[in-house]
Amino acid sequence: MAGRKPKVVGFCCERHGMDAAVLSARSGKEFDASVRLVQVPCTGRVDGMHILKALEDGADCVFVLGCLEKNCYYDTGSIEGRKRVEYVKQMLSEVGVEKERVEMFNSASTNAWMFPEIVSKMVALAKKLGPIGGEKQ
Amino acid sequence: MIVAKRKPLNEIAEMVAPYKRVSVIGCRSCVAICLAGGEKEVKMLVSALKVKNKKEGRDQEFEALVVERQCEKEWVKEVEDKVLGSDITLSMACSLGAQTIGDMYPSHVTFPGLNTGIFGVPEEQGVWSEKCVGCGNCIIHTTGGICPISRCAKSMLNGPCGGSANRKCEVNLDTDCAWSAIYDRLKIQNRLELIEKVTPAKDWSTSHAGGRRTYVREDAKLTPHQKKGKEAIQ
Repeated sequence: MAGRKPKVVGFCCERHGMDAAVLSARSGKEFDASVRLVQVPCTGRVDGMHILKALEDGADCVFVLGCLEKNCYYDTGSIEGRKRVEYVKQMLSEVGVEKERVEMFNSASTNAWMFPEIVSKMVALAKKLGPIGGEKQ
Repeated sequence: MIVAKRKPLNEIAEMVAPYKRVSVIGCRSCVAICLAGGEKEVKMLVSALKVKNKKEGRDQEFEALVVERQCEKEWVKEVEDKVLGSDITLSMACSLGAQTIGDMYPSHVTFPGLNTGIFGVPEEQGVWSEKCVGCGNCIIHTTGGICPISRCAKSMLNGPCGGSANRKCEVNLDTDCAWSAIYDRLKIQNRLELIEKVTPAKDWSTSHAGGRRTYVREDAKLTPHQKKGKEAIQ
């Protein structure tokens, strides 16, 4: 597995989530550029199906990044997103897959420091856990 | 509607493990509304099972399908090729759907993916509660529109039991006493005199106790001649 790049997918809301990512890049913060970001209108749009499909198709870890829960652009979207993430975590536990592979984060668009922290946390986790099912992919 | 709940994924995975090609069939009726076996739930289940197989290195093929109403043969017929082309079918409908497939294709193995629960209504988003047990002899016209058979733990017919206290059921203190609710309903309807009416012991012969029940509406049945015509068209 030497040299294998971890596959991390991040679903970011187009408001605070993606803005936080863009701001951190513009602020010169460093983070692993291999992370695949998927912009969604709101984390309330992220379905459990999207997360599972990403894992099924080869992602090692998936994170969902939305607005702060009391400051969501669509009021309750990031709460919905968290509920979906929790449901998928439960499903993963039931099938014996590490539920830590999926995480929900919240950030304000002005938190330039937070996005690199999230990415490094998930990339480190992906390196630690490796691909689902071992090295063969 | 019929309210069901998905079986634990490890139980489902264990059931289908010996089979190579698995068709997973959901239903767009009751179980889709109660978020147990609709299109999305079927796809999520298949995806989760694929992730599990990936982790364990097991080679299995899944096909996610959904029919309009799995308890009706006409709709199941639409996916007949897929059903018979698989080694096993996992029904994500209520037990009626699973049994319909089983009856249509008796040599084909069909497993249930859901635990069928109650005749329930949505109380709020994500919450369903039982309000009927299908006893076959409805009496809610005398109880203010509230069914004491399903909503009272003891199915009392003449007022609350001795365990009812503070409007709560002694079996579960989170549950309202059905007879307290009946009293309130009759009161606002100015029909409180009904509460004093003595209801004799219920005739349970219309319920499940007599074994399998079949309902027939003679005027809707096809005559042998009509059946022959329908078969000719098909």
